[in-house]
Amino acid sequence: MDDVFSNFDLVLKAFALTIELLVVSALTSLVLGTLLAAFRVGPISVLAKAGTLYVNLVRNTPLLMIFIFVFIAMPELELNIENFFVKGCLALTVYTSAFVCEAIRSGINSVSLGQAEASRAVGFTFVQSMRHVILPQALRAVVPPLASVLIALAKNTSVAAAFGLLEATARMRYFTNNNADARPEIFITFAIGYIIIVEVLSAGAIGLERRWKVAR
Amino acid sequence: MNKWFGDLHVLQDINLSIKQGEVVVVIGPSGSGKSTLCRAINRLETINDGHISLDGQPLPEEGKQLAQLRAEVGMVFQSFNLFAHKTILENVTLGPIRVRKQKKEDAERRAKELLDRVGVGQQANKYPAQLSGGQQQRVAIARALAMDPKVMLFDEPTSALDPEMIKEVLDVMVDLAERGMTMVVVTHEMGFARTAANRVVFMAEGQIVEENTPEEFFTNPQSDRAKDFLGKILKH
Repeated sequence: MDDVFSNFDLVLKAFALTIELLVVSALTSLVLGTLLAAFRVGPISVLAKAGTLYVNLVRNTPLLMIFIFVFIAMPELELNIENFFVKGCLALTVYTSAFVCEAIRSGINSVSLGQAEASRAVGFTFVQSMRHVILPQALRAVVPPLASVLIALAKNTSVAAAFGLLEATARMRYFTNNNADARPEIFITFAIGYIIIVEVLSAGAIGLERRWKVAR
Repeated sequence: MNKWFGDLHVLQDINLSIKQGEVVVVIGPSGSGKSTLCRAINRLETINDGHISLDGQPLPEEGKQLAQLRAEVGMVFQSFNLFAHKTILENVTLGPIRVRKQKKEDAERRAKELLDRVGVGQQANKYPAQLSGGQQQRVAIARALAMDPKVMLFDEPTSALDPEMIKEVLDVMVDLAERGMTMVVVTHEMGFARTAANRVVFMAEGQIVEENTPEEFFTNPQSDRAKDFLGKILKH
């Protein structure tokens, strides 16, 4: 364990990378997932079908396979991205956005039809109605499932360990390899790091839920 | 015009024209198609054949033009449908700001006038769920009026209200009629039809069975169907 504590900056650096992967992938997944959900409920049938196809394809594929595709298959197809961090975020976003889409779509379906009719009657286009009336209410309704999706994402960043990104799990493996006598302690140290990240996410979700409860 | 829901012919050869400033009350038994007719006027229901024109312009099929047309047609729903996540004031200003591109201050000033006019000015900063049904419906009327519509559609505006709240909503509607607003009102309120309507349209089974002035219609209905209907509702 001395090795871990005397090199604690390496632990922090690894968790910083985990958090960077999480934050960037979360933001891009939320944007892409919301867009996909809007496609799926929207009036343009080509986009609706494309959204459905995307969700079915991605959601039924293991995350590890998506990583392999991005890191190994894409360069073969001459679609190489140089930056490993960008590649990691891409794989995580492709995977997570399908789940974000479905969480938000369930929220959209929970908003009463009358809200959409009223916004159309005021003269809103589909996009305006989504942006100002439907999505704000849908998002309020899906804070708990969306939090679950983001918590899963926080832990899924560990898959990047196998692809040359020195995030928390990769760093843990480095320490356990070098300190065979203290493996359980090292494991617990890193697990606590993940627990802290997830707890922060949960607390954020609970806070949002409380704040938005009044307005529903 | 005609409309089918599957095999059900809900609107059969409807031919109706409404003059500017006219107040038309549509009455009839449940399932007669009166709500469908009202909703078809701003294309919340599509029609299968025929055409609808507003101010001489045929209704656009879809997209931006249709949205623009809907902005000219105010709609009040049975279940109010106020935007649940917006305050009362925001409910009234959202359309003017986003669709009419008015300045926020202008939209708010006008919204406050309208809310005062319908008697809920004090509630401007509350959320819809904090208001009574009657208050919510009056806000819904103010929201529609804020768009300066050419015509106002009312789809059973008092059917979801407690009896004592019905009057406060009807008072606002009578006031609106007296100010010369063109109105189409689907309702079961025969009192409102008598006092405010220029014309009563009686529908049954998807057809317009009878049209007349309220005076004539209520005292001397022509069709058996209307006699039967009035006999049932005016007894008690």
